[in-house]
Amino acid sequence: MNHTLAVARKELRQILRDRRTLMILLFIPVFFLLLFGYALNFDIRHVPFAVEDNDRSPASRRLVSAFVNSGYFDLRATVRSHDELTSLMDRGAIRAAVVIPSGFSRDLHRGERTPIEIVINGDNANTAATVMGYASTIVSMEAENVALRSGVRASGPPVTVEPRVWYNPQLRSTLFLVPGLLAYIAMITAVVSTALAVVREKERGTMEQVRMAPIGTLPFILGKSIPYFGISLLSSVGVLLASMVLFDLPVRGSWWLLMLALALFLIGALGMGLLISTIADTQQVAFQVALLSSFLPTIMLSGFIFPIASMPTALQVVTHVVPARYFLVALRAIVLKGAGFGVVAGQLAALAIFASVVIGLASLRLRKEWA
Amino acid sequence: MRRLRHLMRKELLELRQDPKLFGVLFLAPIIQLTFLGYAATTDVRNVPMIVVDADRTPASRRLIEGFSGSPYFSIVGSVGSVSHIDPWLEQGDAWMALAIPAGYGERVIAGDPATVQVIADGTDANSATLALGYARTLVAAYAAELSPARADDASSAGGIDPRIRVWFNPRLESREFMIPGVVAMLLLVITTNLSSMGIVREKELGTLEQLNVTPVARWELIVGKLLPYGLLGMIDVVLVTAFAVLWFEIPLAGSPLLLFGTSLIYLLTTLGLGLFISTISDTQQQSMMTATFFFLTPMLYLSGFIFPIENMPAAIQPLTYLIPLRYFIIIVRGIFLKGVGLAVLWPEILALLAWGIGILALAVLRSRKTLA
Repeated sequence: MNHTLAVARKELRQILRDRRTLMILLFIPVFFLLLFGYALNFDIRHVPFAVEDNDRSPASRRLVSAFVNSGYFDLRATVRSHDELTSLMDRGAIRAAVVIPSGFSRDLHRGERTPIEIVINGDNANTAATVMGYASTIVSMEAENVALRSGVRASGPPVTVEPRVWYNPQLRSTLFLVPGLLAYIAMITAVVSTALAVVREKERGTMEQVRMAPIGTLPFILGKSIPYFGISLLSSVGVLLASMVLFDLPVRGSWWLLMLALALFLIGALGMGLLISTIADTQQVAFQVALLSSFLPTIMLSGFIFPIASMPTALQVVTHVVPARYFLVALRAIVLKGAGFGVVAGQLAALAIFASVVIGLASLRLRKEWA
Repeated sequence: MRRLRHLMRKELLELRQDPKLFGVLFLAPIIQLTFLGYAATTDVRNVPMIVVDADRTPASRRLIEGFSGSPYFSIVGSVGSVSHIDPWLEQGDAWMALAIPAGYGERVIAGDPATVQVIADGTDANSATLALGYARTLVAAYAAELSPARADDASSAGGIDPRIRVWFNPRLESREFMIPGVVAMLLLVITTNLSSMGIVREKELGTLEQLNVTPVARWELIVGKLLPYGLLGMIDVVLVTAFAVLWFEIPLAGSPLLLFGTSLIYLLTTLGLGLFISTISDTQQQSMMTATFFFLTPMLYLSGFIFPIENMPAAIQPLTYLIPLRYFIIIVRGIFLKGVGLAVLWPEILALLAWGIGILALAVLRSRKTLA
């Protein structure tokens, strides 16, 4: 116990001396929160678009204003030829275009099915799919209006959907991203800092001195990780509090449960850092391995940004060994849905298993290295 | 010149002596491509859905079949009443619930307007929005099917028929959008981080002092340090491009030469950044943290790589012009997907060049103080 505290005190002193790293560890998470909260979202508004109106009739103008008034599209240009449109699209000045053929108004009033062309820049497939959805909705609503005005149809469609959104009724993506951000920050501070802290001793040769000292592997491991555990916990709570104040993130479940999930996840992350440190000999390698094994999976495979259900089956299987996956489900359930222990027990168990496996592996490898 | 060659040899030897680093450097692109190629889609498919069918008529079953037959939804269960939906959504086993009220079938047959309820878990706002859109479209299509059957009185309703055409990526694969971006991200992560850590390591170990007392000029030291990492970066560019074209079958519509040429210009930026970071850091941990937090992450997120710049608030958008990755992403996507050349891309290339020269000059100036 005394040994553990001694190593922890030494590590803490080393961290405190390096002011910049400490500042980064403590305050950068809040900076990220602001970035994610204000700058980043998937809500697509103001799609720049152009119109090629070959009809120039009240009906065609009505269609164009339906696009503009929807709030989803910003009219950037009115072009006369297809070439102009192509060049705007190539330069990326517009993401969508509506081409209305001449005779649009005449055909429409005759009650014929009247084609219009909608061109969408597909380079960002995700945005394009959403834009496509908006465009079809606007056109079909406008068609409905035309039908009602001309008296072709007297009533609305036979079946309608009544959508209801639970937990996040305004559909703000911030509420969804904040829990992911916590996982991301924990991954960096816990995994990367721990790995680098141990490998640094190897690189500088001070590891030999530690091995000479009468310290077992367990006190060494614990002592090394306790300061980082404290710092990560502190900055995670900081992010939570800041998002409650700035973005009205509701914490609907119990704080105790939340802290339990956070602590389990952090312990797993620290264990991962230690495991990496037993594999790598230089900080460069440790950093790259941490990046590939923890950092990227946390962003890509945890459901933080990209939904797991849409991934190919083989990759969905892989996501089961990514601890952030369980952490995010638990966190979102506790914070946004107010879930109790029973609901998240499975996720917590998975986190505990992950933590014990990596810590077990790390101490096995370390013992071999020291023996 | 000979001294420069020796320095580069030393650096390469050092890199080779660390076989793990070497392995990681070539493994990294492949792993990243696999993740981004297969996982990085914000589109939703197979949304797990539960059904509350209080009607149990052929009409309600037909609607449910419509959902289960669609690639966007998969029915994972069915419960007796709306009050039982709760645990499913809470645990995340289902993201959506479709509730069909009793009497739905009768109303549909009678031709009265009927309503079904779709309940979505809004925690994942983006997926929920998309999935609700799909649900609406599905029900609308189903309604249109019903409509001619019962409305034989009205003449075939006219209307507007949108013909949607998607340019540049007609299959709407996010893969085609993400993978060219990997080239840009990878170069940034590998060259910036490794070069800064490589220089700081010499500081940390004290060998930089030794190099300083040799007759090596400062520019030779800098070039000798940076070039090997640049070389590694170029190998990764070739590797990623080959993998993207051969494995993921992403068409390289533009000129490969232009791609490699612009990558070189981009390397000026990333290596310059690495050098700059090394001048403001004393330990490798510091340089890693500075690079990752102050440069890489903001760049990654504000460059339009994952989150479209048009979606950002107007106040943030001008900031993105400060980010070199933004220009290179536009260039790489332009070359890969649109097949455009110098005529279109010259402003981005110029901006990138200016950035590269600027940061490199700044770093060299600073290094006079810290490395000498």
